[in-house]
Amino acid sequence: MAQSTRPNRLFRNLNAKIAALPMIATALVVFIGFTVWTIVHSFTKSKLLPKLDFVGFAQYERLWGTRRWLVSIENLAFYGISSLVFSLTIGFLLACLLDQKIRFENTFRTIILYPFALSFIVTGLVWQWILNPEFGVQNIVRSLGFSEFVFDPLYNADVVIFGILIAGLWQGTGFIMVIMLAGLRGIDQEIWKASRIDGIPSWKTYIFVVIPMMRPVFITALVLIAAGIVKVYDLVVAQTNGGPGNASEVPAKYVYDMMFKNQNLGQGFAASTVMLLSVLVILIPWAYLEFGGRKGDK
Amino acid sequence: MNSLKKLLVATTAICSVTAGAFATDLEVTHWWTSGGEAAAVAEFAKAFNATGNNWVDGAIAGGGGVARPVIISRILGGDPMGATQLNHGRQAEELVEAGLMLDLTDIATEGGWRDIVNPTGLLDSCTVDGKIYCVPVNIHSWQWIWLSHKAFADAGVDVPSNWDEFTASADALVAAGKTPLAMGQQSWQSSGAFGVINVAIGGLDLWTKINVNKDAEAAAGPEMAKVFEAYGAARVLSEGSNVQDWNQATNMVITGEAGGQIMGDWAQGEFQVAGQTAGVDYTCLPGLGVNEIISTGGDAFYFPKNDDPEVTAAQKELAKLMISKPVQVAFNLKKGSLPVRGDIDMSTANDCMQKGLEILAAGNIMPDGNQVLSADTSGQIEDLMVEFWNDTSMTPAEAQAAYAAIIAEAD
Repeated sequence: MAQSTRPNRLFRNLNAKIAALPMIATALVVFIGFTVWTIVHSFTKSKLLPKLDFVGFAQYERLWGTRRWLVSIENLAFYGISSLVFSLTIGFLLACLLDQKIRFENTFRTIILYPFALSFIVTGLVWQWILNPEFGVQNIVRSLGFSEFVFDPLYNADVVIFGILIAGLWQGTGFIMVIMLAGLRGIDQEIWKASRIDGIPSWKTYIFVVIPMMRPVFITALVLIAAGIVKVYDLVVAQTNGGPGNASEVPAKYVYDMMFKNQNLGQGFAASTVMLLSVLVILIPWAYLEFGGRKGDK
Repeated sequence: MNSLKKLLVATTAICSVTAGAFATDLEVTHWWTSGGEAAAVAEFAKAFNATGNNWVDGAIAGGGGVARPVIISRILGGDPMGATQLNHGRQAEELVEAGLMLDLTDIATEGGWRDIVNPTGLLDSCTVDGKIYCVPVNIHSWQWIWLSHKAFADAGVDVPSNWDEFTASADALVAAGKTPLAMGQQSWQSSGAFGVINVAIGGLDLWTKINVNKDAEAAAGPEMAKVFEAYGAARVLSEGSNVQDWNQATNMVITGEAGGQIMGDWAQGEFQVAGQTAGVDYTCLPGLGVNEIISTGGDAFYFPKNDDPEVTAAQKELAKLMISKPVQVAFNLKKGSLPVRGDIDMSTANDCMQKGLEILAAGNIMPDGNQVLSADTSGQIEDLMVEFWNDTSMTPAEAQAAYAAIIAEAD
């Protein structure tokens, strides 16, 4: 479509570019400027207030020598991978089930999507109560006669992260399902007809035809889930507040506690810089593969 | 979820200086939310409203660890409240140095605070470069264990009179289906209990060496190993105590579900609200009955600087009020804490408070952890202690090594 006799590219769509200037400036100052500021201050020994008192990599050394941080990283990795896998799988399966032209589809869709309307704080509190041994699931099962039944994931350091994962999935999967459902509805009915004529079983059609066709939908879902993982904070604060002990700490909470509770900005900035780096390490190669190499491709 | 909302507002606010909507409305933030505490803070509000001003209550639930960050980020973010509770000592150090707090020296001199505040160390903690920036309102000490008479009666043993007797009676309590030691899951509670055991078992000299002089060798030494052993033993006693907040743990003692709780004297307010009598329904042992000493930390009110002169006037009014005789008596009786002035009549105080007043009069006092350790160091110790308390695979020796490393780095 491009015409070869265009004038300077810079002045193309000038009005739109001028209109975008404030947003560009905001992005530059907020995203780039503040990020650089944070990184610079992570090399200082700032306490409650930022001061340019450089100490080299001391904050990073302390960071990687702190057990609580290591536990946080481990938890985030586990939570991240599990919630990615389970959200996509369960979301897709639910969407496929709803796509079978069942009765009361609207009702089911609403019920499954409903938790997404709740904030993480409410989700966290609800699941804190459900998983509380004194008045939650354990109590109900015990009152049915199984007096030895034990189910208290939030009070067991080894499995507490599962308790948080359950709550996170309960909240987020419905949304992924809706996106998947929209993707499935976008698949041309002709394809289904064709595969039926060829006698291909429907599960094979899903895996080998429909899923590859839904690639953009999967990418969208992936980005949404990934963004949710990195910033997981409020769910943990509401549900366990990092406990028992330090067993369910997450990096975002470490950053916050260091900055405001321990009054050690330098340490908090070092931790947040590491978080940013780890996101970039994953994001840059992926973005390069996705958008860089093959222009013109979808 | 009010606190979270405030937190969001505070962290995203871009330095918009907002004066209060009405000049004499003074928002006061604090983390006194349990029954006894709320009753005590209502005394302040009542006295302040009687002066024609309006106390806007800004209670933040979740204890100091949750509230302090909210308070500090609001002050730093340019949305200061009228007045705020903080603990004495180093928590507000940098805020004062940055000039964010109102200088109260004039009213302090006028009211002769230096003569009436006892012990004077409390006022020293409010003083930076010779100027006074906060009003101490009470003295709280950590060094108490609260014992439930009902629990020991049910178990068929006498109420212990010191820590050793308490640990010895633990088996009988367990046999009777009780939790010997109630303990909330929040990190400041396990860390506070550690401080209490430290002084009771290790003595004040050892405590001073480590916490004041930051002697890492003493922290790694054999004396301290005994303290960690005792702390490890206490961990075993608290198995089955799954509550979060300290007042829920106190409630276990009140109902007789647990034998005892190591908690500061603010627990007293809860017993009072539950209608229990010291010496009849519960017993308190200062210094775990081993080493009778109390720390003189406590709460103080700071007044963030404000552009509006009317607000400043109201702030000074409130400061004067908080340290005045009638308010001190009314507040501290409800709160279960000791008053900051020695010249008032506390004869209506109960058994436990009288014990505390005696120890205070005898001069068996020590500084509070918040007065000698920075927020950073306290935070690291809290993280370590709560981890140790919940992770039974961590041995006392491992915890001691980590503790010594923190002390070596402390500033």
